[in-house]
Amino acid sequence: MKTAHLIACHECDLVHQLGEVPPGGSACCARCGSALYRPKRDSINRTLALTLAGLILYIIANTNPFLGFKIGSQVRETILATGIYQLYQQDMMMIATVVLFTVVLVPAVYLVSMLYILVPLQMNLVPRHLARVFRLLGFLKPWGMMEIFMLGILVSAVKLGKMATIIPGEALLAFMALIFVQAAMAVTLDSHLIWEQLNRHK
Amino acid sequence: MTKLPPTARRLGLVACHRCHLLCRQAAGPADCPRCGAPLHSRKPNSIARTWAFVLAAVVFYIPANVLPIMYTTSLGAVESDTIMSGVIYFISSGSWPLALIIFIASVFVPMLKLLILSFLLISVQRHWQWRPVDRTRLYRLTEAIGRWSMLDIFVVTILVALVHLGALANIEAGLGAPFFAAVVIVTMLAAESFDPRLIWDGLEKSNDRAN
Repeated sequence: MKTAHLIACHECDLVHQLGEVPPGGSACCARCGSALYRPKRDSINRTLALTLAGLILYIIANTNPFLGFKIGSQVRETILATGIYQLYQQDMMMIATVVLFTVVLVPAVYLVSMLYILVPLQMNLVPRHLARVFRLLGFLKPWGMMEIFMLGILVSAVKLGKMATIIPGEALLAFMALIFVQAAMAVTLDSHLIWEQLNRHK
Repeated sequence: MTKLPPTARRLGLVACHRCHLLCRQAAGPADCPRCGAPLHSRKPNSIARTWAFVLAAVVFYIPANVLPIMYTTSLGAVESDTIMSGVIYFISSGSWPLALIIFIASVFVPMLKLLILSFLLISVQRHWQWRPVDRTRLYRLTEAIGRWSMLDIFVVTILVALVHLGALANIEAGLGAPFFAAVVIVTMLAAESFDPRLIWDGLEKSNDRAN
């Protein structure tokens, strides 16, 4: 049996014969309706551009204060790293690790790995550890939580607004932009296309 | 007699969990020839693992809601906040949209997730025929919404980082916070270890019996 154009639904296991799907369209499972395949237009170029933008925004978001407040003459500002450090000092190791992992490490690894995969592909080369790195990305994806952290900043601002004057920091805009960039990356990335590069390798 | 649907398992094929390549089912354990991930026709021990994570989450859910997630000291007076008292605070101060966001993210979503996963597990174990498409949708929902419960943990982190003005005002994290983070993580692991294909396998099993 030739299996090249067969695809199994990963939610109900039904096997489909995949025809031509135009870029921007999508093929859905006939039985349970989950998406089988969504080819994208110009996927590698667009995702690479977004990844570069994301990296710049990530650096700005992590090196500048995202929120400050003023009580009387006292001004407090915080960057992400100091928040995590405070938790660590209060013996909240577990929470500090969770925040470090979901808001700092996972997004950074995600962006850098994307770069590792997309730069060579853009130059028509296949990176050596493509399979391993792209598998890691699939595993890490649900654990990156920057957009939820952003919502957390808004909630905290309202909470603090009662007792002090809130000063929005430079990192706030970078955070906001980064969320849109990450959402756009999820739309432009064609994972089937990337896995298919491995066929070419062999 | 209904015609049996051509699933990968019936055809002697396995779809790789990571790269979706369809491979021939090997006799023993095998790795995907394309991406190297271990191949399984279904997620291994899906039902037992998911139950274990669900039960662990239920256990953590109690201290997460009973213990304070943060302490606020202002001018010598210490106030402790649980998740629910945070919601009530926002309602009483008139910011009900925020009260709603926090209530949904911290109370409603974890509860809903545990109920849906328990329901799906029971339905799979009993080979229920009931609305497989809707049950698959329920699964997709639990997979998508679970992460948002981390909101309260981030709020505590930000408040702790900002408010440390000595005697004037100080916020510290409480013991409820790590328990709550554990609930979110464990429910995410539960959703990840559940295999929605089991919902559809149940239909085929009863087809076999009918034939």
